[in-house]
Amino acid sequence: MLKIMKYSFFDLIRSRWSFVYFGFYFLLGMTLLFLNNDVSKAIITMMNIIVVLTPLIGTIFGVMYYYNSKEFTELLMAQPLKRSTIFLGQYFGLALSLAGSLVLGLGIPFAIYGVVGSAALLSFALLLAVGALLTFIFVALAYNIGLANDNKIKGFGIAILMWLFLAVVYDGIFLISLFVFDDYPIDKFSLIASTLNPIDLSRILIILELDISVLLGYTGAVFQQFFGTSLGMIASFGLLFTWVALPIGLIVRQAKRKDF
Amino acid sequence: MFRLTILFLTLHFLAFSKQIDVCKNCTQTNIQSAISVADSGDMVFVKAGTYNEYDITINKPLTLKGEKGTIVDGQKKGYILKIEANHVTVSGLHLKNVGMSFTKDFSAIHVYKAKNFKIENCTLEAVFFGMLIEKSNTGLIKNNVVSGEGTQEITSGNGIHLWHCNNVVVENNHCHNVRDGIYFEFVTDSKVLNNLSNHNLRYGLHFMFSNHDTYNDNTFRENGAGVAVMFSKFIHMERNVFEKNWGTASYGLLLKEIYDAEIINNRFEGNTIAINIEGSTRVNYFNNILKGNGWGVKVAGACYKNVFEHNSFSSNAFDVSYNSKMNDNSFNENYWGDYTGYDLNKDGIGDVPHRPVKLFSYIVNRTPETIVLLRSLFVDIINFSEKVSPVFTPDDLVDEKPLMSFK
Repeated sequence: MLKIMKYSFFDLIRSRWSFVYFGFYFLLGMTLLFLNNDVSKAIITMMNIIVVLTPLIGTIFGVMYYYNSKEFTELLMAQPLKRSTIFLGQYFGLALSLAGSLVLGLGIPFAIYGVVGSAALLSFALLLAVGALLTFIFVALAYNIGLANDNKIKGFGIAILMWLFLAVVYDGIFLISLFVFDDYPIDKFSLIASTLNPIDLSRILIILELDISVLLGYTGAVFQQFFGTSLGMIASFGLLFTWVALPIGLIVRQAKRKDF
Repeated sequence: MFRLTILFLTLHFLAFSKQIDVCKNCTQTNIQSAISVADSGDMVFVKAGTYNEYDITINKPLTLKGEKGTIVDGQKKGYILKIEANHVTVSGLHLKNVGMSFTKDFSAIHVYKAKNFKIENCTLEAVFFGMLIEKSNTGLIKNNVVSGEGTQEITSGNGIHLWHCNNVVVENNHCHNVRDGIYFEFVTDSKVLNNLSNHNLRYGLHFMFSNHDTYNDNTFRENGAGVAVMFSKFIHMERNVFEKNWGTASYGLLLKEIYDAEIINNRFEGNTIAINIEGSTRVNYFNNILKGNGWGVKVAGACYKNVFEHNSFSSNAFDVSYNSKMNDNSFNENYWGDYTGYDLNKDGIGDVPHRPVKLFSYIVNRTPETIVLLRSLFVDIINFSEKVSPVFTPDDLVDEKPLMSFK
């Protein structure tokens, strides 16, 4: 598995897309910090971008890479290798290279502008960790979609729809249900509903770490009680890791059963 | 004959007003006894040293002055200084350790039914109430520092507390770590100038039922709940700074039932809610800067005929928030940080009107729980669509002439 992972990883590192992705985050980080020299403000802007963009890039890259390397995968399958080894190797290769682009692309400019000594270090580390986890989650989801659909167009379509659902539609349904069930105590509901979507979960995790969290008012207090404690932090990271683990398990399952 | 008497008395004051010294080795070793032997118009001069005294009562017109290094320690037993006569001047004293009580408003300096009082250059430390001025007229409170050590609202008092007063000037004072920095109730025709009020448990400045007052050049910073202004008319607030009143229940400026006020040239920065208005009418907001607040102006209802002109709104999470579709206030020629229009003829005024109320702020007002969707992509999308065609937000709430830049 490590060998395949290494192969996928270096294959991607050599391809220009990783560099483009890296370059994009690097430029973004540089420009943001150049425009407002305040590291903590830049983190807020960065959060908006990461929470929406990393899932999108992860999804598209995941699906694209799966379909592109399909022939190579079939070739590998002719070798005496376990299927889970092949697919997990490819998956980790891809996810690691994307996460690496993100962490380095944002990490370098922030390091240059001196995030290391500043008070924003913790929230910045959280931002990168969340971004990396989101990449792992969405690449895994995309791989599942690829495995389930041999039709490229259909696979792409479903992948984009999945992103759209989790990034936008889910919040819409969430908002409407909050609006409709206004008369009931909905604090618990909103807490649960927001932890079920990895994008919402990451967004709230970062917001609570930043000082704009006071805007959340008493609803925020409920969240603060949950996320603010170390237990809540562990629980929410646990949830994010579950979001990584479940689709990976599904990849293994699908790979075993699929008839190529 | 009567005139002669007056003349004689005046001469008596001028010629025979004497100075009584208080010190360890003087004839008078404590302040209270010096006051009791003093005649009207005398000066009691307290020399450096620590005096353990409380409930010192001044019941005749005189001047009480402290040398540098004079400390009066109330030992937490009650009031320290009580002024119950007209024409009393207190200056240069360092008073500390006022008693705490749930039934009496113990204070470092208590002024009761006095006219023409003057309190200058005093330091009041570890107070319950700092200055408690009741039913007094025409006074000056200048260059004092008042600090408490309260940790809870119920076990602490106010820094400078005025009740039923008229024509008092509060100038250049610094109040910190008390419940309300400056508190006015039923105070008219008074001025609050150049004070600094910070780190107070509740409000930096709190006033109610106080009409015709002026508040200029003050700074209110990092107070538990900011500044609250209620049930008052004809207030003038100019060049004040409200900053970093940041917490789930903090306001830069909370206005409730305010009529005919002028709020000009103030700066609001880093407050959870910069200006919260409720039931206030005919208030003019000119040239204020609102920057980096959670809410810029939060309008809660029953606000009519308010005018917002030439203000700058930038980097606020919500510039203006309304809880209904009704609007009777006018916004004109303000600068909006998130204005996306253009200015083709370069006259400094945007060609496209600006709608400052976002749909999301309306939703949050209706269902506060929805705030968890803050900064979600979906929210940006609905805000945009609402901006294009307003359905829920007041459609007449438009700045027809948004400024392209501010100053």
